[in-house]
Amino acid sequence: MSAEGILIMTRAAPYGSSAARDALDAALTCSVFEQPVTLLFLDDGVFQLLKGQSPTEISQKNLNAVQQSLPLYDIERLCVSRSSLDSRGLGTDDLILPVEVVGDAELPQLLSQHRHVLSI
Amino acid sequence: MILHTLNQAPANTACFQSALSAMDEQDSLLLIEDGVYWALPAYSDQLASIPGRVFALEADIRSRGVGNSTLECIDDSGFVQLCVSHHKVVSWF
Amino acid sequence: MIFSIVVQAPPIQCQGAETALRFARALLDAGHSIHRVFFYRDGVHNGSALTCLPQDEVSIPEQWQALAREHKLDLVVCIAAAVRRGLINEHEAGRYKKAHWNLAEQFELSGLGQLVEACIQSDRVVTFGGRS
Repeated sequence: MSAEGILIMTRAAPYGSSAARDALDAALTCSVFEQPVTLLFLDDGVFQLLKGQSPTEISQKNLNAVQQSLPLYDIERLCVSRSSLDSRGLGTDDLILPVEVVGDAELPQLLSQHRHVLSI
Repeated sequence: MILHTLNQAPANTACFQSALSAMDEQDSLLLIEDGVYWALPAYSDQLASIPGRVFALEADIRSRGVGNSTLECIDDSGFVQLCVSHHKVVSWF
Repeated sequence: MIFSIVVQAPPIQCQGAETALRFARALLDAGHSIHRVFFYRDGVHNGSALTCLPQDEVSIPEQWQALAREHKLDLVVCIAAAVRRGLINEHEAGRYKKAHWNLAEQFELSGLGQLVEACIQSDRVVTFGGRS
């Protein structure tokens, strides 16, 4: 089994902490260094991808803008946990980008496909 | 074969459940820091539902006075050995 | 085996930094090599030279420094995370026109690329988190 690339797993909602932005920065850097990178949005991390964010009132940069540039950076896979979406009453139509929806049963395999997993 | 570490106390059930859902039977879970409270008998049912093996970091168990655990305790060098014997390490916090 | 360690936990407020330090010592004791320790997010506070503790408490930043001196460790603090949190070296103090700087000896500021390079070079990467 050859595992390659880096999986960045992000489980926190945006804006309440810097986690979303820090995970994105790490993913973009992987891409700059031409490392295959997958972003996995799990638990409250799925809120990072909600459409219609407008955080100027809270003096933060809009994550949606950066997220929309992800395809330009060759970030190959954006994976979202199905159970995390379901339990929050969300569907892929609510998200800013097309994503790969991953069921709980597929999670172990997704992790094992990558050489390293970074939780941010 | 993945080593998962978990450092969150039982109030953070989401963290525990997510770690669990990401594990298969070849994986292991190492409870560290506040994660060692999961080793208390009150949580034995949840621990039993974990597909792989479960360990706890000895120093954290002892520091917190968590007794009565039937879990396998390992020291820091055991932690290192688990990292070597598994293909990668995934941290849950 | 070649390891790298990612520290996202700040000292004092979270235990993660101390766990990482103990893990680093255990790695070295077992004869493994540590390619890099990368400090990210609030973990950058591990690199402060201005931590002041009562005499009966252990200074995590000083412990990192001592370990680095003894084993020639590469302690890299994420520059983007650090400057935002007021952790800067002399060079950054000049660039941002600040009168003081506080990055401890043995630590260096560098980019997130050092985290990616550590992943490429290491057999295992172990992350120690605080809270999100």
